[in-house]
Amino acid sequence: MKAVITVIGRDKVGIIAAVSKVLADDGINILDISQTIMQNVFTMIMLVDISGASDNFSDMAKRLEQVGEGLGLSIRIQREDIFNSMHRI
Amino acid sequence: MINSFEIIETIKMLEEEHLDIRTITMGISLKDCADSNIDRACVKVYDKITSMASHLVKTGEDITRDFGIPIINKRIAVTPVSCLCNTAVTTEDCVRLAHALDRGARETGVNFIGGYSALVHKHYTKGDAMLIQSIPEALSSTERVCASVNVATTRAGINMDAIEQMGRIIKKTAGLSADSAGLACARLVVFANAVEDNPFMAGAFHGSGEGECVINVGVSGPGVVKSALEKIGPDADFGLVAETIKRTAFKITRMGQLVAQEASARLGVPFGIVDLSLAPTPEVGDSVAHILEEMGLEKCGAHGTTAALAMLNDAVKKGGVMASSYVGGLSGAFIPVSEDAGMIDAVRCGALTIEKLEAMTCVCSVGLDMIVVPGDTPAATLSAIIADEAAIGVINNKTTAVRIIPACGKTVGDTVEFGGLLGSGPVMKVNGFSSEGFVRRMGRIPAPLHSLRN
Repeated sequence: MKAVITVIGRDKVGIIAAVSKVLADDGINILDISQTIMQNVFTMIMLVDISGASDNFSDMAKRLEQVGEGLGLSIRIQREDIFNSMHRI
Repeated sequence: MINSFEIIETIKMLEEEHLDIRTITMGISLKDCADSNIDRACVKVYDKITSMASHLVKTGEDITRDFGIPIINKRIAVTPVSCLCNTAVTTEDCVRLAHALDRGARETGVNFIGGYSALVHKHYTKGDAMLIQSIPEALSSTERVCASVNVATTRAGINMDAIEQMGRIIKKTAGLSADSAGLACARLVVFANAVEDNPFMAGAFHGSGEGECVINVGVSGPGVVKSALEKIGPDADFGLVAETIKRTAFKITRMGQLVAQEASARLGVPFGIVDLSLAPTPEVGDSVAHILEEMGLEKCGAHGTTAALAMLNDAVKKGGVMASSYVGGLSGAFIPVSEDAGMIDAVRCGALTIEKLEAMTCVCSVGLDMIVVPGDTPAATLSAIIADEAAIGVINNKTTAVRIIPACGKTVGDTVEFGGLLGSGPVMKVNGFSSEGFVRRMGRIPAPLHSLRN
């Protein structure tokens, strides 16, 4: 099962490191990363495979949220299906 | 992979533009709960609701967490309860059934349960008569039960006996909840051409053609439509405006379809329909009136409002229909006054009147919704307002409804605070001339001719 992680906020050192550490600890594989500055806001989007995750989805979401709070960013994880259903026929 | 722009667009819709699933409504048949003993019927009703819907709220919360989509309400709609009231001896018996529904709703954690209803578009059964009589007491002594009465259909005509009675029932309901300015009336809808699979309250009930249990989903998203129109600017022509609304409605509805399928699979209950409605809330940025104003009207209610609403309603349906495998319910734009910040403003500044709202109901999905009128409005005037709405529905072959609150002790210029999703309603002026003689005639207005149309 795939999920999309979005990180939105001010750019700083160590964002990818912090997020990928949580993912590695949880056994989540990163499939794709892209990052860009959109309307002056740092935006990182990760596609991850959560089939091997050791935590359940809501714990994972909470941990990422906490990491985000620590860095002053908003970090969100959502199942990929929502984006597919909204933007692909 | 989906591109970054699309991902950010979705997140923006959810975070900034109030995109949400307005309701997941579980329809439950109570046909097997009929009993010659009302107490036994109450037990059966409570047991059935609590066993069928035990996981409804949790499943909604799980879906919100997994997909990041807010699901605002989880609700239950049941078979019109009047069919259980045929063995009732007093209206008190019916009220006991309302209390059983209320307890079931509280136990399962849903905020409303709809279906304290009767369909009397032609005539009353004994149970219908009992149930309607009991509505004021049932609504004022419960907190989550919603009632509706269907008084007209295109095929049967308009039951003026029922309409005359509903004027009095609404007055009495308001009187019994006078301490909250007649709030109980917000849970009472009078319909023409009621639909059987509407997931939205207060008019939801589980129709007689439905199965044992079903999941219906109502989407929302006026804020998303408004911000899409902002992006195309004030000079775009109506072709582009309609196209933009269609595209937006498509995306919103796809999300509704996903949630409906997911909820249906997780609960092991068949998926019924997605109701593709634009349902406003009193929050800033979640208003249907503001969409109309974005189209170039200074205020909602100005001349041109009916045309703007007609186009909006049609474009929403066109966009949504392809996005869902089964579309149903009321599907269109809602125009409840007290639940829409833009409508409230428009009434306050004198741009929007009941007469204009009535015209708007000819082209939108429902009718005169959440309208507060002075507490001394005569019952006959309320009945006449209902008759006008019913006529619009019956002649135009569409659903119309009246949800009106005669606020005790309030007059034009006052505002009534309901709180939460119900918002706050400015008291609106009604026509002061009497309709008494018209309403008093009673009987049934025959079904209309549907050829020779002009």
